[in-house]
Amino acid sequence: MWEYTDKVKEHFMNPLNVGEIENAEGTGDVGSLACGDALKLTLKIVDDIIVDAQFKTFGCASAIASSSALTEMVKGLPVDEAAKITNEDIAQFLGGLPKEKMHCSVMGREALEAAIANYKGVPLRVAEGDVVCECFGVTDLEVKRAIQESNLHTVEEVTNFTKAGGGCGKCHDRLQELIDEVQKDSTAKIIPMKGPKRMTTLQKIKMIEEVLEREIRPVLKKDGGDIELVDVDGDYVLVSLRGACGSCAKSQTTLKEYVEKKLREQVIDTLIVEEDK
Amino acid sequence: MTNIIYMDNNATTRVAPEVVDVMMPYFSEQYGNPSSMHNFGGKVMSAVSEARDKIAALLGADADEIVFTSCGTESDSTALLSALKSNPDKRHIVTTRVEHPAIKNLAENLRSLTGHKYRVTQLSVASDGTLDLDEYEKALDDETAIVSIMWANNETGVIFPIEKMCKMAKDRDILFHTDAVQAVGKIPINLKEIPIDFLSLSGHKLHAPKGIGVLYVRRGTPFAPFMIGGHQEHGRRGGTENVASIVGLGKACELAAAHMAEENDQVRKLRDKLEKNLLESVPNAILNGHKNDRLPNTSNISFEYVEGESILLHMDAFGICASSGSACTSGSLEPSHVLRAMGVPFTAAHGSIRFSLSIYNTEEEVDFVIEKIPAIIENLRAMSPFWQDREK
Repeated sequence: MWEYTDKVKEHFMNPLNVGEIENAEGTGDVGSLACGDALKLTLKIVDDIIVDAQFKTFGCASAIASSSALTEMVKGLPVDEAAKITNEDIAQFLGGLPKEKMHCSVMGREALEAAIANYKGVPLRVAEGDVVCECFGVTDLEVKRAIQESNLHTVEEVTNFTKAGGGCGKCHDRLQELIDEVQKDSTAKIIPMKGPKRMTTLQKIKMIEEVLEREIRPVLKKDGGDIELVDVDGDYVLVSLRGACGSCAKSQTTLKEYVEKKLREQVIDTLIVEEDK
Repeated sequence: MTNIIYMDNNATTRVAPEVVDVMMPYFSEQYGNPSSMHNFGGKVMSAVSEARDKIAALLGADADEIVFTSCGTESDSTALLSALKSNPDKRHIVTTRVEHPAIKNLAENLRSLTGHKYRVTQLSVASDGTLDLDEYEKALDDETAIVSIMWANNETGVIFPIEKMCKMAKDRDILFHTDAVQAVGKIPINLKEIPIDFLSLSGHKLHAPKGIGVLYVRRGTPFAPFMIGGHQEHGRRGGTENVASIVGLGKACELAAAHMAEENDQVRKLRDKLEKNLLESVPNAILNGHKNDRLPNTSNISFEYVEGESILLHMDAFGICASSGSACTSGSLEPSHVLRAMGVPFTAAHGSIRFSLSIYNTEEEVDFVIEKIPAIIENLRAMSPFWQDREK
């Protein structure tokens, strides 16, 4: 059984904006029956503003939830603002997706891009490039983009995000080459920016709060403890341990081995968690 | 909590209450080691022997042909590796494309990890999941060390002609193994009449607990142990016996032997009612697997143009438990290897649902499922971009 967040379950059981807008200004059709998921996104656009969005999806719970989330996110946005939405934003809107299901959020981003390209009457960028994974028809450009955007390091991660390599496995060597290529370029570029992801402090605080709420607090509460976020300064995350945790001799271990590890996994891997005393 | 309607018995079964009862003393007062010299341990050894007799009786085997293992997978690995060890000059394995991963992945690993020292023939299946005996005949050759063919398929319930296939292998002096995990307890098996060398079974598929399996090894068949250690199981499987589970499996086999005919009748009736109604009330619903050569409890139905995980999760909201062969439920990205081997088109493979019943299911439960499924499929189809366009 997958561990879906409540938000994913909510958007799956009661999806919003199901349907197809007639004479839509922008239509994005991605995926296929063979691949196991497909999404048709239709947008009603007036004066460069997306006033309505509807979807039809064939796929699993996370594909349906990602589609529902996407339509909610873009409604009311100017087209150029909507174009900035990434798959990570969609996953974040849903409180996270299991890593094996990240490709569902990528499908959402691809459908959005296709719909906007259709509206603007320009060809799609990702349709170009050479097919790397023949099982799922994924091109090198798509793979490279996912590696860059989501900072992927292993073939398994690339498969989770793009499906490439999830079939016969023949392309695994080529995928590794693409990872090496992109990561070599990006380390050169990214080091001066401190950390692999560009994120505003506000975004960072929001994500840290979400992880605390969703994963960390429930675990601490089981032992009669609690945790509060005090401040975020660059990579320094200042927290205060409450309840049983405050007086627990093992609180430092909890902080480093558990809280910091979780936050590094889910937010940015350079975070340093300190206790506010 | 919603009531659970459990129709996933090919995944695992409820431990029968009678089985739980006989197991309990071996978690508390009867904690002796069956290998001990004292009478306290000796009493436990008697319980293990008694269980061994009951299991042998269900299979038409002798007690000394029963080797306890930890699960079906261990039994499978033991059988295959033993056959290869005792036939060092033969490097060919014959199996099918629709085996459980316990055999399929083992055979494929033997091929790739040994740098193709072993040759593996995986027999194909027809669109109804049945094997072609001519293809099988041609696959057997002088290099074949062992044939491993499941008795019944876990996904479709299709039963293979094991008696014939075993005879064909034995005529050429080839060892024959069958993974009978889904068959034991569901259909009659008599090893007195079929010269099978190795047979695997798993306790938790027949209302015994998880963590106990059996490998039947025919007397006289060369054997090399997989777990090497103490003298337990006459040196065929080291490790202190899982006494409580062995006693439980004995009871489960006794129950299966006593009630198989009537239970099969009851389960088959419920399965047929469920299947008939779903196929009639849901358009574009297709049965996967041969209609007759099939376990009485299994029904694998594809609902075209919708995806299995979504169906399962909506069923789950009503407490209905089943499985799917869709890609999304497996953690891999491709639908079930069984359905693909059968050539089930992607439109149907992704939307396949396996219902597997047991004696604990009731007619009310079947009626409830018949009532709920059509609306679930209809809702998901209304959301599917392919449903409306299917005519095009």
